[in-house]
Amino acid sequence: MSTAALEVRELVAGYTPEVDILKGIALEVAEGEIVTVLGPNGAGKSTLIKAIAGLVAVRSGAVRLFGDEIAGVEPHRMVRRGLAYVPQTRNVFARLSVEENLEMGAIARRDSAAVAHDLERVYALFPRLAERREQSAGTLSGGERQMVAVGRALMAGPRVLMLDEPSAALSPHLTNLVFAKVREVRTSGVTILMVEQNATAALAISDRGYVLADGRERISGEARELLANPEVGALYLGVRRGLAA
Amino acid sequence: MIGQYVADGVVTGATLALGAIGLTLTYNILRFANFAHGELLTFGAYFALLFAGAFAGAQTFGTLSFGAGFVLATAGAALATALVALALDRFLFRPLRKSEIAVTLVIASFGASLMLRNVVVFVWGPEPEYYSRAISIASEIVPGVRLTSDELFVVALTAVLMLALHLFLARTRLGKAMRAVSDDPALALVAGIDVQRVIRATWIIGGALAAIAGVLFGLTVQVLPDMGATLILSMFAAAILGGVGSIYGAVLGGLLIGVAQSTSVAWIGPAYKPGVAFVLMLLALMFFPRGLLGEKR
Repeated sequence: MSTAALEVRELVAGYTPEVDILKGIALEVAEGEIVTVLGPNGAGKSTLIKAIAGLVAVRSGAVRLFGDEIAGVEPHRMVRRGLAYVPQTRNVFARLSVEENLEMGAIARRDSAAVAHDLERVYALFPRLAERREQSAGTLSGGERQMVAVGRALMAGPRVLMLDEPSAALSPHLTNLVFAKVREVRTSGVTILMVEQNATAALAISDRGYVLADGRERISGEARELLANPEVGALYLGVRRGLAA
Repeated sequence: MIGQYVADGVVTGATLALGAIGLTLTYNILRFANFAHGELLTFGAYFALLFAGAFAGAQTFGTLSFGAGFVLATAGAALATALVALALDRFLFRPLRKSEIAVTLVIASFGASLMLRNVVVFVWGPEPEYYSRAISIASEIVPGVRLTSDELFVVALTAVLMLALHLFLARTRLGKAMRAVSDDPALALVAGIDVQRVIRATWIIGGALAAIAGVLFGLTVQVLPDMGATLILSMFAAAILGGVGSIYGAVLGGLLIGVAQSTSVAWIGPAYKPGVAFVLMLLALMFFPRGLLGEKR
């Protein structure tokens, strides 16, 4: 069996010592996959992604990135190890320009030629950002900010990219655009783990999915299966008939 | 006559500006009002006095009261003061940053301020000191305005340091990282910025600028254990008037307050000088809460 890009085993984590939000969760993302984590509010989706990123204390269990244990690694060192994370809100430096935001993503890198190359790649992926490179990120629209946030994460040259609700507060049109870009990012060899509320749109571009409830993974499987699964639809997606109809 | 008051105000204002730049920088990046910043000025001034002793009697530059030795002593003072600032952060502020109560750091900085001031009195005594006992001759710059070479130097150095700091923050990797941490420390961490390293860099720069401001004040006025404590409120007023976080704002605020204090002497007498700074600060808070050059959030 080949090593997973990201592997979570029996993970227990929470914000305060008394309360565990994650109660022994397990999941796996193979290299080159897009995996979506779904679940109702309070299921621990964001906490999961933050615990992997090193922002929430891991009490027990394992988090492995290409086989290396990364639980307990300081958040700013995760980026150097190849794990980038895009928070759901407050994910751009509002008073820095678009280009400076992107430069901050590459702060730990010393290979300036490769960084310059990646900057051009991000601008090719999001031509809108190239037009606004001098503008401060705080003045951008919601969709453009999301592009800056994803671009900033890509500038680290990650092997695994984690996205926390990339479609939150975006119009259906922009949601489709962002998801199309996520697929494009995957074709460049980046493995993607995302948390989403917008289950149908997210599963449509994903290979596999997990449904969380109460700090554990309840259901997992191929994205197509999950979309068709009536239990998933009724319990967690708020979809009555599924996509197969 | 008014021209002379304005010119004197610009000189005082330049010192205030330099102190306020350091204050606005640490305030913006570390997110607390550091009342011990004044004592960093005092320490800088006394360190320079200490190191300058090694160069006593050396050649001076033209009509300036000091020479190359004093420049070296000032550089040494900037370095030593940066170390004091780092030590304060490591042993006082860093353990307290974890506190949920925002005012903890401010109160701690009050305590640090008192402690440092008394260390100065203990080591150097309460009497005023001077870098040079030589009499400087003020020459007429424009009709009716006389300034000494040292005073002109103070204004020029402040301008150079302001520009250098601006370029540093706008162009260099570390400068941009400092602005990023100031903007959003949590996101900075996620983006891979070593926030602890950025905080250390902020203290080094803030401490060094404070030390230079202290030396300049000592050069044009005198060196006193409570010089920083006297200046701190005017520096806060300058930073707030100009807009917290803005370097040019701190300079503008410093100059405005310096000039306002100096010209007020003509009308209401010198006893009310400190009050003038506060009236300006209150007006700024009421009518320009973000300051004259403050950035929008």
